[in-house]
Amino acid sequence: MALLLDIASWALLSIGGIFVFIGGVGALRMPDLYTRMHAASLTDTMGAILIIVGVMLQAGASLAAIKLAAILLFLLLTSPTASNALASAALLAGLRPGAAVQDEEERGE
Amino acid sequence: MTELFGVFLLTFMVITAVAIVHTRHLLVAVILTGIFSLLMAANFFLLDAADVALTEAAIGAGISTVLFLAALALCNEHERAYTSSRLLALSVVTVVTLIVIYATFDKPRFGDPQAPVHQHVAPWYFDTTREAIDVPNVVTAVLASFRGYDTLGEVFVVLTAGIGVLFLFGVRPTRKSEMPNTTAPEPGQGLRHYLIPRVVGRLLIPFILLFGLYVQFHGDYGPGGGFQAGAIIAAAFILNALLEGESQALQVMPQKLLTGLMAGGALLYGGVGVVTLFMGGNFLDYSVLAADPVSGQHWGILLIEAGVGITVTGVLISIYHAFASREKH
Repeated sequence: MALLLDIASWALLSIGGIFVFIGGVGALRMPDLYTRMHAASLTDTMGAILIIVGVMLQAGASLAAIKLAAILLFLLLTSPTASNALASAALLAGLRPGAAVQDEEERGE
Repeated sequence: MTELFGVFLLTFMVITAVAIVHTRHLLVAVILTGIFSLLMAANFFLLDAADVALTEAAIGAGISTVLFLAALALCNEHERAYTSSRLLALSVVTVVTLIVIYATFDKPRFGDPQAPVHQHVAPWYFDTTREAIDVPNVVTAVLASFRGYDTLGEVFVVLTAGIGVLFLFGVRPTRKSEMPNTTAPEPGQGLRHYLIPRVVGRLLIPFILLFGLYVQFHGDYGPGGGFQAGAIIAAAFILNALLEGESQALQVMPQKLLTGLMAGGALLYGGVGVVTLFMGGNFLDYSVLAADPVSGQHWGILLIEAGVGITVTGVLISIYHAFASREKH
C-alpha cells in the first residue's frame, strides 16, 4: 500500500514537474503576452494541482494534508484571478492580441 | 541534497541580483526584488529558519513589493541614464568583495557543531527555555523574552520609519473634495470596475485576516509572531484599499486610527516593561506578571507580540496610504 502511494505520488510529482517545465518553455517561446500567459497559466493550474496532490499523498491523512488542500484551494482561486487581472489590464493599456492584429493585416491587404 | 538545493537557490539569487542592477526599467526591477526575496525565503526555510523565512516572504516578497509599486505609480518607470564614470564604484565593490571573500576563510564550515554561534549563548537559550518560559518555539522565547530589549528597539525602528514616511508624505483626506473630476477613471477608485478581482478579493480578505491572527497567536508554538502577522493583516487591508479605492479604505481604517495603532502597539510593549518594573522585576522581565513565573512569561510574550503586531500593521497600512493617496505630479 505504501509502495503504491509512493509510486502514485512520484508519478503525480513528475507529471506536475513536466507541466511546470512546459509552462516555462511556453512563457519564453510564445509570440505575444496573451499566448505567453496562456502557457504560464499551465504552471498555476495543472502544475500546482498535480504537485500539491502528489505532496498530499506523501503527507498521508494528517494536518499537513489539510493545510496543503487549503493552499491548493487558495492557488486555484487566486492564480486565475491574477491572470484575468493581468490580461484585462493589458487589454485596457491597448495591447492587442497578436492573432487579431495579424487577421486585420491580412484583411487589409 | 539540501546543500545542492541551497547552492541552486543562491545561484538564482546572484542571477536575479545582476538582473536587478542591469535593468533600466524600474517596474521590472521591483518584480525582480520580489523574486529575490522569495528565493531568500526558500533559502532560510532550507536552513530550518522558518520564522525568518515567513518574515522574508510576508514583508520582503509581499508588502515591500506592493509599497515599491505604489511608489512607482508616483514617478517615472525608467531609471534616469547617467553618464558619470563608474570606475570608482567598481573599485569600491571589488575591494569590498575581496575583503568579504577573505573573511569567509576564517568562518567555520557550514553546519559545524563546534562553530562559536552554537557554543556561545545558544545552548543556554535551549536549556533555559524549557524550564523558564516553556514555549515550544525557542525563536519566540529568544525574540520576545531573552532579547526583549532588541525587539523593543526593532518596534521603535518600525515606528520611526512610519513617522518619517508620514512626515514626508502625510495623508490629506480633505483633498478629495477640492479635486474636480476631470479624467474618466477617478483616482482612488481602485479596481471597482474589475468584477472578477473584486469578487475574489472580497472573498479572500476575511481568510487573510484569519490567517494573520493565527500567525499572531500561534507564534509560541510554530513559526510566526507579531512581525509576520502584522504584515499579513496589513496585506488584507491593502488588498481592500486596492479593490475598493483609497477613500473607501480610509473610511474603514481612518488615518487617526492608524496613527493610534502605530503608537499604541509600541506603547503596549513599553507599558508591559514599565508594569514589570512596578511589580518588582526588571524592565521587560515578565516572570513577575503572574503568580507563577512561567505563566507570567506567557502573558508577557502574548502582550508584547500583540504590541509588535499592532505597530507593524499600523505602520505598513499608513505607509501604503501615504504613497497611494498622492496624485502623480
